[in-house]
Amino acid sequence: MTLIELVRKNLFRKPLRTILTVFAIFIAFAIFGVLATFQNAMNAGIDTAGADRLIVTNKINFTLQMPIAYVQRTRGVEGVKIVTHADWFGGYYQDPRIFFAAIAVEPASYLDIYPEYLLPPAQRQAFISDRTALLAGETVAKQFGWKVGDRIPLKSNIFQQKNGSDAWDFTLVGIIKGETARVDTNFVIFQYEYFKETRSFGGDTIGWMIVKTQSPKDNANVMKAVDVMFANSPFETETQTEQAFAKAFLEQAGDLGFIISAVVGAAFATILLIVGNTMMLTVRERTNEIAVMKTIGFTSQRIFGLVIGESLLLTVIGGALGLLVAWLLSFALQNATGGAFGPMTFTPGIAIWSVVLMAMLGLLTGLIPALRAMRINVVTALGRK
Amino acid sequence: MSEALIQLKGVTKSYTRGKQSVPIFERLDMTIPQQDFVAIMGPSGSGKTTLLNLLGGIDKPTGGEIVFDAKRMDNLDESKLASFRAGNVGFIFQFYNLMPMLTAAQNVELPLLLTKLGPKARRERVNTALSIVGLSDRARHKPSELSGGQQQRVAIARAIVSDPKLLLCDEPTGDLDRETAGEILSMLQTLNRDLGKTIVMVTHDPEAARYAKRMLHLDKGHFSEKDLAA
Ligand SMILES: Nc1ncnc2c1ncn2[C@@H]1O[C@H](COP(=O)(O)OP(=O)(O)OP(=O)(O)O)[C@@H](O)[C@H]1O
Ligand SMILES: [Mg+2]
Repeated sequence: MTLIELVRKNLFRKPLRTILTVFAIFIAFAIFGVLATFQNAMNAGIDTAGADRLIVTNKINFTLQMPIAYVQRTRGVEGVKIVTHADWFGGYYQDPRIFFAAIAVEPASYLDIYPEYLLPPAQRQAFISDRTALLAGETVAKQFGWKVGDRIPLKSNIFQQKNGSDAWDFTLVGIIKGETARVDTNFVIFQYEYFKETRSFGGDTIGWMIVKTQSPKDNANVMKAVDVMFANSPFETETQTEQAFAKAFLEQAGDLGFIISAVVGAAFATILLIVGNTMMLTVRERTNEIAVMKTIGFTSQRIFGLVIGESLLLTVIGGALGLLVAWLLSFALQNATGGAFGPMTFTPGIAIWSVVLMAMLGLLTGLIPALRAMRINVVTALGRK
Repeated sequence: MSEALIQLKGVTKSYTRGKQSVPIFERLDMTIPQQDFVAIMGPSGSGKTTLLNLLGGIDKPTGGEIVFDAKRMDNLDESKLASFRAGNVGFIFQFYNLMPMLTAAQNVELPLLLTKLGPKARRERVNTALSIVGLSDRARHKPSELSGGQQQRVAIARAIVSDPKLLLCDEPTGDLDRETAGEILSMLQTLNRDLGKTIVMVTHDPEAARYAKRMLHLDKGHFSEKDLAA
C-alpha cells in the first residue's frame, strides 16, 4: 500500500456517493469541453486570420457591391503586396439546407493570398486554366462524397443565369486541404469570369476585396489609404483587418463567448458546492479515524495532503471522463454539422484549460475540509467515545 | 529495576472549562522503568486517559517535565511530537480503531507509510507483526470480517509494527469477553517479557490488572501503588 492507494481507498469507501459526485463533475467537464469546441469552431475564422490580410467591403453594408476597377487601383497603393476579390454566390448543392460558402474568385491571386489552403500544383494549374473549374474545400468534398473529375451542378439562392437556368455546371478539379485542422474548409471556389459572364445581373462589380500587405506594420496605412482613395465616390469602402472582420461577423450572432462563460460558470459553481459538501461530510464522518491516524504519527500537514489528494483525485476522475466524452463528441459534432459552424476541433488548449480547472476545483473543494481535518484535536476526538 | 524509560517530574495538567480551570493533576511525579508493565486503575474521571495522552505525546502538560529516554518531550512542537509518536509509541484502544476499508495487513502497514521503508521491507515487517499476534491467516480480511478479539490483535500488530519501546493501552479488553480478554492480556505479557516492550495499561478490571507487573491506583490526582507480584 502507498499513500496514494490510501487516498484511493478512502475515496471509494462510499461507492455510490463517490460515483454520483464523479458523475456531476463529469457532466460539468463534458459541458465545458463541448462548448469550448463549439466556440473554437466559431472563432476559427478569427484565430486563423492572417495578420497581414485586410478585407475591403462596401461601407454601407458588406453585402453591397463595388466596381471591379477598384482592384487595379488598390494594387497601386503603397504597402500592398497582393489584391484579390471575391463574390458571394449563395450556392448550394441539391439540398439548400446544407450550408457551405460558394465564392467566385480571381483564381491565381486568390490562392496566392491564402497560403493556408493546400493544393497540389497540378490542381492549381487546372483551376486557373479551366473556366468552369471548381475547387472544393475538404469539408464540402467529404460531405457530398465528391471526387476530382466529377461534374458538379450548383444552384444559387441569389443569382440566375442569363439563359434562365438556375444551375451552373462545374467540373471539380481539386480539393483544398487546410494547413491545420482549424482552417475552415467548408467552402467551394470557382472563376469570377465564368460567373460574371453568365449571371443575369451584376455587371462589372465585385463583392469584396482581400488585400495582403507587405507586412502587418503597413496595415494601418493601407487601410487608411484605400478608404481615402474611394471616399466621396458612389461606392465608399470600409477596410478592416481580416481578424476584425471575422470578429464583427461573429458578433452578429450575439455574444457567444459570454453565453458560454455563463453556462460553464453556473455548472462549475454548482459542482463546487456539491463536491465541497461531499468532502466536508466525508471529513466529518472520519473524525475519529483521522484522530487515530494523528495518534499513530501522521502530521497535520500529511492529513491535509491526504484530504486534498482525495478531492483532487475526485475532480481528476470526473474531469478526465468528461474530457474524453467531449473529445469524442467533437467528432460527432463535426459530422452532424458538416462544418457549417466552422471546424469543430478539440484543441490541446481545451485539454490544458480543463486540467487547470480540475486542479483548481480539486484544491478549492478540498481546502476547507482539509483545514478542518488538519485541526482535528486528537484528545477531544478520541475522548468522545 | 533498570533505568527509567519515562519520568514525570512535577507534572500539572488542567483543563479550562469556560473561565474555570479544572485541575486533573497537580505536581504529579512518576517513573516508568524500561520493560515495565504497569496497570493503572482508578475511578472514572480520575485522569487515566489524560495520563496516557501525556505519556504518548498526544497532549501536553500545563506544567512540569516529561522525560522520555533521557530526552525532554513536553516542549516539542506538534510535528516533532508526531514523529516522536510514530517512532516510540504504540497505541491500543478499547474500540480497536481500525480503518474499515483496509485489510488487516494494510491496517498494520499504516504506521510504516510514515517511514522510509520500501514495499518489501514493509511487507516483511507486517508479516512478522501479524505472526506475533497469531493472525497470519487473516491478513487479507477486513475488520468487519474479524471478531472483536481478532480486531484487537490486529490493533496490537499495528502498535508494534514499527517496533516502539512503549505500548499504551486504554482499556484494551474493555469490550471483550473474559476468555478473549485473557488471550489479549497474555499477548501483552509476552510482548513485555519476550520483546521487552514497556507497557502502560489502563483498566477497570482487577483481573486484567493481574497480568501487569505492578498496579498504580489513580485517584484525585495522586497515585497509590500496590505490588501485584506479591
Ligand atoms: N478535552 C477536555 N476538556 C475538558 N475537560 C476534559 C477533557 N478531557 C478530559 N477532561 C476531564 O478530565 C477529567 C479526566 O478525564 P479522563 O478522560 O482522563 O478520565 P478517565 O480516568 O480516563 O475516565 P474513564 O475511566 O471514564 O475513561 C474528567 O473530569 C474529564 O471530564
Ligand atoms: Mg479513559
